[in-house]
Amino acid sequence: MGVALAAAIAGFITVASTTSTEQSGLFRHLLPIFTAKSGIEVRVVAVGTGQALDIGRRGDADVVLVHAKPLEEKFLAEDHAVRRQDVMYNDFVLLGPKSDPAKLAGTKDVVTAFQRIRAARAPFVSRGDRSGTHFAELEIWKLAGIDIGREKGPWYRDTGQGMGPALNTAAAMDAYILADRGTWLTFRNRGDLAIVVEGDKRLYNQYGVMLVNPAKHPSVKREMGQAFIDWLVSADGQKAIADYRIGGEQLFFPNAHE
Amino acid sequence: MLSAIAEGLQRVFQLDAELWRIVLLSLEVSLSAVLLATLLGLPLGAALAVKRFPGRRGAIVTLNALMGLPPVVVGLLVYLLLSRAGPLGELGLLFTPGAMIIAQTILILPIIAALARQALEDAWREYEEQLRSLGAQGMQAALTLLWDARFSLITAVLAGLGRASAEVGAVMIVGGNIDGVTRVMTTAIALETSKGDLPLALGLGFVLIAIVLVLNAGAQLVKEAAQRRFG
Repeated sequence: MGVALAAAIAGFITVASTTSTEQSGLFRHLLPIFTAKSGIEVRVVAVGTGQALDIGRRGDADVVLVHAKPLEEKFLAEDHAVRRQDVMYNDFVLLGPKSDPAKLAGTKDVVTAFQRIRAARAPFVSRGDRSGTHFAELEIWKLAGIDIGREKGPWYRDTGQGMGPALNTAAAMDAYILADRGTWLTFRNRGDLAIVVEGDKRLYNQYGVMLVNPAKHPSVKREMGQAFIDWLVSADGQKAIADYRIGGEQLFFPNAHE
Repeated sequence: MLSAIAEGLQRVFQLDAELWRIVLLSLEVSLSAVLLATLLGLPLGAALAVKRFPGRRGAIVTLNALMGLPPVVVGLLVYLLLSRAGPLGELGLLFTPGAMIIAQTILILPIIAALARQALEDAWREYEEQLRSLGAQGMQAALTLLWDARFSLITAVLAGLGRASAEVGAVMIVGGNIDGVTRVMTTAIALETSKGDLPLALGLGFVLIAIVLVLNAGAQLVKEAAQRRFG
């Protein structure tokens, strides 16, 4: 904070981003470094990916940093942004209760795991909020050949909530849930939940950054927003992302230039 | 449960500087909203109590019903109004404390106006003839009533304050819960709950309750002192 205050504050930008980046503590680690360097204050509104893009669509943010590629491409196609850049990735993990009612222990394949959950009608908590994690979950049901819109029963709880509240729900009812690793590592109310499937390449979670198109939204602070994006994908920014750790574990893996 | 409360309170006080910033912003936002809603709500309540006009009953029923405005709906409306794509987008107020004050003012204006209307109407029933015989009417009668019912009106204002300081739905949407800019007590509690940090959320909750208690105690003391002085 002292460092941040030492540089003259030139102004601020608003970044619409996801709860996973905010609640994992990544922004608290990154932003003071960027502000000290640039004098630009970054204000983060953390919501689900769907809502973050809506904030961008209305011109209420200068930059969006989210994780659902199909939605980001739609955002580009609608001309709300001109360019999307990869920033970093982490991964999703499938969590479940220690009692493991769907017998997933030892499974490495997340698609098989979802099929077993469906077969056992084991309790499953879905975000159901158009977030990046929700989209990733829907994608896995599709790969599993399950039309979740038709086949969901009382075992499938559509909560319409953010990652944290959904995790609280899953912990309270001993349900399976798909979560991003960053939020899970910082989540404290774990109850009986633990990771049951991880490491499947289909659990890969890419984050992308876009400047909201100033030609379409004149209020966008083009230069300061671009400065933030340039820093995120620069060697310095990428190193700062890689340096962020919780309990020795790295949460996000920079990949802007791969 | 008890150990969670103890841990929460301990954790809350470790936040010190950050906690104070959040507390001060909460007070700034809610007290500003209360001030604005009082300035608008008392005259509105007085007018409804004293004036007779067609549609008055409908207006009173509507005002009473608006006391139950859902904060999320108010938040959404103000969001759409202040968004860059909305009619007041030029002001650039979205995601600022100003937007939060506007939302809370809209939320509590009906509460203060409706409760004031009831208190003033009761007073009006009591004093109408007296005021009329003195030749007081309209604005003057309303002002006399406001002064006369000032102690009951404090309750109306406190009800507004209670609602403003407790709501989370509206300020979350229009403020965005931005760290260091628009994070207030209730949105901080919601955030810690969603991080699964239930003790800290609970601790913040107790701090919020304590603040509201202190404000109400203060109002009560002022009221008693004024009653002794002016009777």
